[in-house]
Amino acid sequence: MKHLLSIADLSRDEIGEIMDTAISMHDVQRRQVKKLPTLRGRTIINFFFEDSTRTRSSFEIAGKWMSADTINLTGKGTSVSKGESLRDTVKTVDAMGVDMMIVRHMASGAPAQIAQWTNCSIVNAGDGMHEHPSQALLDAYTLRSKLGDLDGKHIAIVGDLTHSRVLRSNLLCLRALGANVTLVAPPTLMPSGIGSWAATDSFEVSYDLDAVLPHVDAVMMLRVQRERMSGGYFPTAREYAVRYGLTARRLALMPRHAVITHPGPMNRGLEISADAADDAQSLVLDQVSAGVAVRMSILFHLLSGEGSSA
Amino acid sequence: MTDTQSPGGAPPAGAPSIEGRTVLADQDVSRALRRVAHEILEGNKGADGLVLLGIPTRGVALAHRLAALIKDVEGTEVPTGSLDITMHRDDLRKQPVRAVETTELPQGGIDGKVVILVDDVLFSGRTVRAALDSLADYGRPRIVRLAVLVDRGHRELPIRADYVGKNLPTAKTERVAVRLAEVDGHEEVRIGAPGRP
Repeated sequence: MKHLLSIADLSRDEIGEIMDTAISMHDVQRRQVKKLPTLRGRTIINFFFEDSTRTRSSFEIAGKWMSADTINLTGKGTSVSKGESLRDTVKTVDAMGVDMMIVRHMASGAPAQIAQWTNCSIVNAGDGMHEHPSQALLDAYTLRSKLGDLDGKHIAIVGDLTHSRVLRSNLLCLRALGANVTLVAPPTLMPSGIGSWAATDSFEVSYDLDAVLPHVDAVMMLRVQRERMSGGYFPTAREYAVRYGLTARRLALMPRHAVITHPGPMNRGLEISADAADDAQSLVLDQVSAGVAVRMSILFHLLSGEGSSA
Repeated sequence: MTDTQSPGGAPPAGAPSIEGRTVLADQDVSRALRRVAHEILEGNKGADGLVLLGIPTRGVALAHRLAALIKDVEGTEVPTGSLDITMHRDDLRKQPVRAVETTELPQGGIDGKVVILVDDVLFSGRTVRAALDSLADYGRPRIVRLAVLVDRGHRELPIRADYVGKNLPTAKTERVAVRLAEVDGHEEVRIGAPGRP
């Protein structure tokens, strides 16, 4: 494994191995000395052309705890703002001899393209509306640690699905692990052509959250992007909250053992109520905590082993 | 750390049977361990402050067995755990990606304790070097000692074992395989011809 560009490139076993290693890395996180010498002398660039809190900081912490040298670059404050092309920018950085670039970019497919241009390992940290594989792996890890093996578990993914890269990666990951997935969204926020996609990858589609909730083992709430509210995807925030928000009433519809995840940042009162976000079954903070462990595991799997990049 | 070791330490290869001759048969392994348990107690003047830490996979089984033997003799439960050293290896880039095993330290920790590291085969010494590094992340033992079932020589670092079940002269290219009932279902130490087992 040299790159992590899409969950589709991973086998079920590889996903399992990354999650298993993350268990040990989670232990490191609870130690007093949070430092492993594993990636000493390796250099990792966090290349974020789009804003991020969690992903960037957790990748940076993950790299530092494994003794790699990590450097952050953003679109702003680099030659990108002087008009340098993406290709020239990444080739310049590659020429300095870095081992890995962790890339977030607004254009779908940018990390895959960069992987063609450079010699280093590329991790996709979110590209446009395409994928966000490390998020899917940490979601699966968090769910597995609460629910056990995900094979046969029923998981609903709810929210702004059209624009969500988290959805695409999670769907692939959960299906690879054998979970039954139901997508729930207003028709306007359901990706177009969902019918044929659902048929190929065998998952369910529903527009009625109340009907789905009594049967779930987990519900994954995705962020509604407020910035798109004027785009006519739904009339008002209130209407969305009433029909698709995880309210206190809906919380009561879920089986007692069912858990709630949200990749953050949350819009409290919109897609998720404070009752749900702070419920005992909410794994939101477990997800953040797992984020570092899973990303350490990803770095380990990509940067150790025979033939890992120079 | 594992059964069939090359100087850099080979990945655990499941439990393939290897050609060659048996050096320790079923009973011999138990006998050697019993002696090692006694030597540990003798060296420490009892079981006070002892902590046994096995290096996965077979070192952990050996550590638990030593703990049981010590209990037979002294009646004391010695805290026993495991110490995974994968992340501290110096050959990670020369081998396929390794599975990371669990580290479980006993409740009381290792600060101020007499830690006995337990492994199946001592060869290059690199595994032990990694274990010593890893140990430092968890605390400061008063003393660290090393117990191995087999010492096959060919050290690449200034490291030696304090307690040895069997000294086994080998050629560097030969392979040594340890099989334990807990892990492999049967028990023996075999020495095999060079090359793939």
